[in-house]
Amino acid sequence: MSAPLLQVEALSKRYGAIVACRDISFDLDEGEALAIVGESGSGKTTLLNLVAGALQPDSGEVVYRLRDGTPRALSSLSEAERRALTRADWGFVHQDATRGLRMNVSAGGNIGERLMALGDRRYGRIRAAALDWLARVEIAAARVDDPPATYSGGMRQRLQIARNLVTKPRLVFMDEPTGGLDVSVQARLLDLLRGLIADMGLAAIIVTHDLAVARLLSHRILVMKQGEVIESGLTDRVLDDPQAPYTQLLVSSVLAA
Amino acid sequence: MSALPPNQLLSVEGLGKTFTLHLHGGKRLPVVRGVSFSVAAGECVALAGPSGVGKSSILKMIAGDYLAVEGRILLADGERTIDIASAAPREILDARRRVVGYVSQFLRAIPRVAALDVVAAAAQEAGLDRAAARARAASLLERLRLPQALWSLPPATFSGGEQQRVNIARGFAGEHRLLALDEPTASLDPANREAVIALIAERKARGTGFVAVFHDEDVRDRVADRVVDVARFSDREAA
Repeated sequence: MSAPLLQVEALSKRYGAIVACRDISFDLDEGEALAIVGESGSGKTTLLNLVAGALQPDSGEVVYRLRDGTPRALSSLSEAERRALTRADWGFVHQDATRGLRMNVSAGGNIGERLMALGDRRYGRIRAAALDWLARVEIAAARVDDPPATYSGGMRQRLQIARNLVTKPRLVFMDEPTGGLDVSVQARLLDLLRGLIADMGLAAIIVTHDLAVARLLSHRILVMKQGEVIESGLTDRVLDDPQAPYTQLLVSSVLAA
Repeated sequence: MSALPPNQLLSVEGLGKTFTLHLHGGKRLPVVRGVSFSVAAGECVALAGPSGVGKSSILKMIAGDYLAVEGRILLADGERTIDIASAAPREILDARRRVVGYVSQFLRAIPRVAALDVVAAAAQEAGLDRAAARARAASLLERLRLPQALWSLPPATFSGGEQQRVNIARGFAGEHRLLALDEPTASLDPANREAVIALIAERKARGTGFVAVFHDEDVRDRVADRVVDVARFSDREAA
């Protein structure tokens, strides 16, 4: 059996006296979706940013298996190698779409930018890829030249997903991908994400405070509280038969619709 | 791990379940202890006993949905044996795709996914290509007499009996060696009950093993080869 796609080893991060993440380890296989759940301030977004290389840990290491099969510690990558990873092999879907999109560049340009960063210069092909991806995320082709500043919240989020997936990444990080959206818009986005993760065999790490999102999208789950992982396992087992007191509180606090 | 005897699909050994309710002062709620039984290829074992005795909890432990606090749940996977009670999440997910299928009492509907796709997805997980999976899904829904007009609709708005049939079709769409069924005929009319009984009989003839809870004794008597009385494993203090 090959090495995991991602190995997270004993990551820790403090902000002054506050421990944001304490000694967190897990691994992720290709095609596997992991949800990180917990309340605001539990450290889940910090953990996501540490794993994605957007923050430096105080200690610990993240090892990623490159496309050529070599496992490499993120800290050992050159700046160019790291850029190549985040431009092509990884995606990052932010809760706030304005952080993940260029708001005044056309939708087509937002999608094409990642392809151009990989060296593609053929306008016709980039345009075709942009139109194909707009269709896959259910945005009308007629909107291809409009900037996302003119889009609704749900459309912006779908465009962000298209922009990230156009390079066929192997791993996508998502920070509250449905946060701030209307419930009906959430359902559409979740269904879309579920289909794309399965069809493309994507590995994903999804931070969410919404247990329904975790149940729908993830295979495994980590429950965080005060910077520590207090329970982990198969998603439906953790949600249907939670063991830790805090997980029992989280699960029992959700109103069944 | 010790191999199961040939022809045996499932061996439950000394299985126990207790819930610890941390939000209620850590109150311990014992369910079952020492549950032991086995299922052979082509055999249907019914779990019987009064409501609340732990029948559904046993099925959920076999499917890996509930944590077993003691004992072993040995599943035959070709030459290998998997202990679901101690398996890692990935092993359980893999076993669910190929080895053990679970049909819960209620369908957990996913917004926007059509009934036919819900069923076809299970067939695809078992390795069928998209076209073959959809064909199998259609044939199962037809046998379970779900009106064709509903196939392209998400089941969230279906009646209880219609949802139950989608759920059963999904359970039977794969190639699992063992199926765990929780009251599969509870909300079905007589004609649909017959359709489910026929599906179980066919899969038994092909060697699929069943562990099932039936609320209907008539159905149980017709499909079960053995009945295991769960009351004798009850860990509740006598009321």
